[in-house]
Amino acid sequence: MKQIIRALPSGAVVVADHWHILRDGEGEPVLPAGSQVLLPLPLWRRLRQDGVALDASAVGVWIGCDDEYEGLAGELLALPLIAVDFPAFRDGRGYSVAYLLRSRFGYRGELRAIGDVLRDQLFYMQRCGFDSFDVRADKDIDDALRGLTAYTIRYQGAVDDPVPLFRKRAEAAPDTADDGWAL
Amino acid sequence: MYRYDQYDLTLLEQRTAQFRDQVVRRLSGALSEEEFLPLRLQNGLYHQRHAYMLRVAIPYGTLSSAQLRVLAEIADRWDRGYGHFTTRQNIQFNWIRLEDAPDIMDRLAEAEMHAIQTSGNVVRNITTEHFAGVAADEVLDPRPLAEILRQWSTMNPEFTFLPRKFKIAISASTTDRAAVKAHDVGLYLYRDERGEPMLRVLVGGGLGRTPMLGVVIREALPWRHLTTYVEAVLRVYNRHGRRDNKYKARIKILVQSLGAEPFAAEVEREWALIKDSPATITQAEYRRVAAFFALPPYADQAGPDAADVAARQAGNPEFARWCRRNVHPHKVAGYASVTLSTKPGMAAPPGDVSSAQMRAVADWADQYGFGEVRVSHEQNLILPDVRRQDLHALWQAAEAHALATANIGLLTDVIACPGGDYCSLANARSIPVAQAIQARFQDLDYLHDLGGLTLNISGCVNACGHHHLGNIGILGVDKNGEEWYQVTLGGRQGAAAAIGKVIGRAFRAEEMPEVIERIVATFVAHRHGDEPFSDTVQRIGLAPFKERVYALAGEQP
Repeated sequence: MKQIIRALPSGAVVVADHWHILRDGEGEPVLPAGSQVLLPLPLWRRLRQDGVALDASAVGVWIGCDDEYEGLAGELLALPLIAVDFPAFRDGRGYSVAYLLRSRFGYRGELRAIGDVLRDQLFYMQRCGFDSFDVRADKDIDDALRGLTAYTIRYQGAVDDPVPLFRKRAEAAPDTADDGWAL
Repeated sequence: MYRYDQYDLTLLEQRTAQFRDQVVRRLSGALSEEEFLPLRLQNGLYHQRHAYMLRVAIPYGTLSSAQLRVLAEIADRWDRGYGHFTTRQNIQFNWIRLEDAPDIMDRLAEAEMHAIQTSGNVVRNITTEHFAGVAADEVLDPRPLAEILRQWSTMNPEFTFLPRKFKIAISASTTDRAAVKAHDVGLYLYRDERGEPMLRVLVGGGLGRTPMLGVVIREALPWRHLTTYVEAVLRVYNRHGRRDNKYKARIKILVQSLGAEPFAAEVEREWALIKDSPATITQAEYRRVAAFFALPPYADQAGPDAADVAARQAGNPEFARWCRRNVHPHKVAGYASVTLSTKPGMAAPPGDVSSAQMRAVADWADQYGFGEVRVSHEQNLILPDVRRQDLHALWQAAEAHALATANIGLLTDVIACPGGDYCSLANARSIPVAQAIQARFQDLDYLHDLGGLTLNISGCVNACGHHHLGNIGILGVDKNGEEWYQVTLGGRQGAAAAIGKVIGRAFRAEEMPEVIERIVATFVAHRHGDEPFSDTVQRIGLAPFKERVYALAGEQP
């Protein structure tokens, strides 16, 4: 059984996963009862346009870097799982996609990084709103788990915590000086 | 200067621990070289021609004397006794062993330094001018905002895998000494008519193979919105910048293809949605950071010092010359900023400083100033706060350490990248050409008569030597495995920045001193009074220069 990393409020864990990712070029989905599948966004759009009934609990979508998804954002919100593909770990578009899904469109379901997902990128991915990680198959997933615990300090706000450090510093040491001071 | 608190220190400890582990994983094979590459670059570690090179960040070019001594220690313990200061105000060590890099990072962290994001497709070291905080023509001190931007950009999770590197500079003086227009984002800090600090935001500048100057996308951004506005720019760039071709991946190409106005509109749309987020800078945060840059305790200066300096100059033409070129006006009476030239000619390549020199400079910073040193993008070192009465003593000390060449802003104050002697990207060497030209123009009286004239050399199209912005620019090119040098004229840095134009066919290294001499002779022949070189070029155009230079080989230009 395939394993993924799930970031839960109590900490990140390695869990078994049942989602099948339908990659481009694999043809039409054959969905045996009980399986769950992540469809490429264009295919999902087409199936909906064609009026195909999709099981809300068993169908998710994965978004590619070049996919136009913003017009569909309202409909995507209802999905249990959205994945964002990293075609190469050095392609950083997925970070902004995650930021927008979470902060702009208000997606609350599971947001998964798929593709070239590696240990040293997980911290950044989590900060941008991903809460599950389909680590590249040839990598040790238990080792990758450590990528999420390397840091306790974050200078700037992000999806995981929008409040930048400077506001926390101010709370920790309230500044009572005269506010008449100006730049 | 900015001092780390527990948060900054913890972050740095975690970063160095992570990097140490990454190196272990690389050495064990758990990380492939391809996977390790961006990680090491984000920690300033390159693999160069002969060895690893480590680029250490010097945020906005500011160092304490203690930090400079640590850099000297690193040069001695882990390198070959010197470091190279770069046009991004960083320092590079050229002979590092990968195995030693984690220890060096730890040593840096102890001194509140790091190498984070000095390379890679990330927001690089934030730069500003070397006289920040002390320049007589400064409107505001840009360093607090530069530090706020440094923290914002450090490990910013959304922007750590950008299409390409991303450079930001901020200037707050009437003279732009930070090459603001040559940056991906350039910021001019000024006060509006009500006295409110504002930022003029430029985007899309950059040199390299497609040199462009930044264009203004916002005329008046209130300072509190600095980070959210830059965030909006970066989000637009991260989403829409080209990734299919690394030569077209810089933001300048995106700005050019969309057009400046549509690009600005896109940024404004994005910014409108985040402008009042918690990232908006507070007055309290500004004040907290600015307190680190408060003016040092300057002494009240009595009158006789100025007279004393004048008297010493009258009796010593060499000292007078140095005062004219290397001493810069300070906003506090009785003080000056001093530029220590790293361009002595044959004795050292531009920007190279030995550990012994670093220690001497640190000592002078303590003895004559307030323990602070700056790095200029011209690759020189600056002591920002020197009592005028100490100028003569400092000059003598600097002379003894070959750091007193009176050539700041002159032809021999060459900006040069390390070139083919070190850099694996280079098509040609830079250092021997720089030194051959410096050797040809050793007559200081003649140099001073020529006045301000910038000469920039890059060993390849990546333009680390900013050759496009030099009044005279030299670009090393490869032709069938041989090193050739292309000459541009008319470049300028500053608020009136311009990109130089190529004059014609490239030259061999050995021709270069003569070529430069002919260019200079043409200038002297056409110059009106004390006209600066760049004005003469602008007035007469390239033709007279071409004629004279190519007459060298009896060719038509």
